[in-house]
Amino acid sequence: MSAVPPLTSAPAATVAEPVAAPTPVVAAAAVEVAPAQPPRRLERRHIVAVVVLLALACALPFFIPNYRTFQLTLALAYAIALLGLNMLTGYNGQISLGHGAFFAIGAYTAAILMDKADWPYWATIPVAGVVCLVAGFLFGLPALRLEGLYLAVATLALAYAMPQILKHKAIEQWTGGVQGIVIVKPDPPWGLPISQDQWLYFFVLLWVVVLFVVGWNLLRGRVGRAMVAIRDQPIAAKAMGIDTAIVKSMSFGVSALFTGVAGALNAIAVQFVAPDSFQPFLSISLLVGIVIGGLASISGAFYGALFIQFVPNLADQLSKAAPWALYGVFLLAFMYAMPFGVAGFVQRVAARFRRRPRGPA
Amino acid sequence: MNALLHQVLSGLASGGIYASVGLALVMIYQATHLVNFAQGELAMFATYLAWTLMQAGVPYWGAFAITVACAFVAGVAIERIIVRPVENAPILAVVIVFIALLVIFNSLAGWIWTYTIKPFPSPFPSQPLFGNSYVSSHELGSMAITLAVLLLLFVFFRYTPLGLAMRAAAQNPESSRLVGIRVGWMLALGWGLAAAIGAIAGMMVAPTVFLEPNMMGGILLYAFAGALLGGIDSPGGAVLGGFIVGVLENVVGAYVGTELKLTVALVVIVGVLVVRPSGLFGRVHVTRV
Repeated sequence: MSAVPPLTSAPAATVAEPVAAPTPVVAAAAVEVAPAQPPRRLERRHIVAVVVLLALACALPFFIPNYRTFQLTLALAYAIALLGLNMLTGYNGQISLGHGAFFAIGAYTAAILMDKADWPYWATIPVAGVVCLVAGFLFGLPALRLEGLYLAVATLALAYAMPQILKHKAIEQWTGGVQGIVIVKPDPPWGLPISQDQWLYFFVLLWVVVLFVVGWNLLRGRVGRAMVAIRDQPIAAKAMGIDTAIVKSMSFGVSALFTGVAGALNAIAVQFVAPDSFQPFLSISLLVGIVIGGLASISGAFYGALFIQFVPNLADQLSKAAPWALYGVFLLAFMYAMPFGVAGFVQRVAARFRRRPRGPA
Repeated sequence: MNALLHQVLSGLASGGIYASVGLALVMIYQATHLVNFAQGELAMFATYLAWTLMQAGVPYWGAFAITVACAFVAGVAIERIIVRPVENAPILAVVIVFIALLVIFNSLAGWIWTYTIKPFPSPFPSQPLFGNSYVSSHELGSMAITLAVLLLLFVFFRYTPLGLAMRAAAQNPESSRLVGIRVGWMLALGWGLAAAIGAIAGMMVAPTVFLEPNMMGGILLYAFAGALLGGIDSPGGAVLGGFIVGVLENVVGAYVGTELKLTVALVVIVGVLVVRPSGLFGRVHVTRV
């Protein structure tokens, strides 16, 4: 057990596609992932699928009640946060149990700008992103020294510290202390004949499209390959001339940017921020989201977001007495059935269907 | 000066609890390289069991023994039934299984025993021992029990064939299997021991924090931090780390103010880890190319 760093024990025997996962000579990857190829070039059927899904997403709010639209809006915001966390944990192999803190920073940035400086809601989103980019980058610098479990506890500490910091008296005049900040729900612009909830849904959807295109481009290019190389073979990556320090801390920064934007969108949607909405459990939920959705997968962010948004509600409806016990059972069931997350499962099923016509096997 | 001494001593007392829970974490970590996030909730559940037994009229030490035994069996059962099937799943999937266990036990405890806070008796006399005014006898007693558990574990791992087999299984599973050690059962045994240690820690902490389903949340974090601070692959280091964290937390609470004590304590811990990434007593990991 001398050369094995923390958090690596399970053998990589269950990886489905040998092409995708290099066999670890140095057991150094902190995170193991499913058939993890970097996102490939878009084929036509992918484009068609994305366009159809997008069209469905646009049509959906006209067929469901406002409350459901609101829930879907929150799920979309979570999807952005999960993509951010997945960049860091899934692609770069740095485990974070503290992304709820960046979510909180983004949410508070938006709320303070709207409440104290009277900014319009749409202008606060980029600012929240930039603030979190800087915060994440700065946190990523000391985190360079830590790996595996040690990084997990440092980030978990961040998750525990954040509500306390937000409640502190020194910044109470901006944060509103324990009471938090109430903000107003934006009206649809240009006199559009849709409800506020529907407008927010489209507003968040727009950000989802923009950020997923950006994320997809980032991950399939040079930077994304460098991130994956650092996860799988840190020494080889260094030998090939990748500046691991800057890539790792930038991964932290960009990941925090995505999560912060999600936090800002969430704050605008729920019209309220308070320290107690950002308990450590939020960070744990985000981690649950990326693992359930599928590590190192872009589509996984959506599956994970739907899980963390709707499964607690479902559990609550099924059992009033012990809803979280039921949630735990759902988690267990998902992990037993799909250890590589929903995205990994979908990929496997798709691969099986594609392989079949090509001959015996 | 007296005030500082008082803070340090009561810090040592809570440090003893962090040390025990940290020890339980190290037990499982050494065998599987995983941190059991559900450790605290298992301890909480065991403490409720002890409470129920005492309500039914079982005397304290009888309930104590039964609870430790039940926790041991439950730990073994959880390893065999719930953790074993995901043995080969990716590491983070196993972490999610632990988180699932955490929420299940937390929610079940709330359902069975409700969320109202319950007092839990201490086995030690309520007067301070030896007429001192610094430290209550419960604090002294729980420290003594922590150290006794540590000593027992040391003797077990150092001088018994079973302890040797467990160490072998943790260090080199393949070779151990070849010499006839049943590695799977050794892991299950490690889980059982960890659950039993956790149960003891739970019963020691319950008189001070009172019994409720969320009582172990902060304690688990401190224990985790303490174990990492001492070095998670060294049981002695984990215990010392737990004591350090306890003292640090108390002194910071007294002099910086309670609202930021968690934050300051954690910042210090992370600061130490940045300087010594393997903890104070942990082995430095050497990576071979």
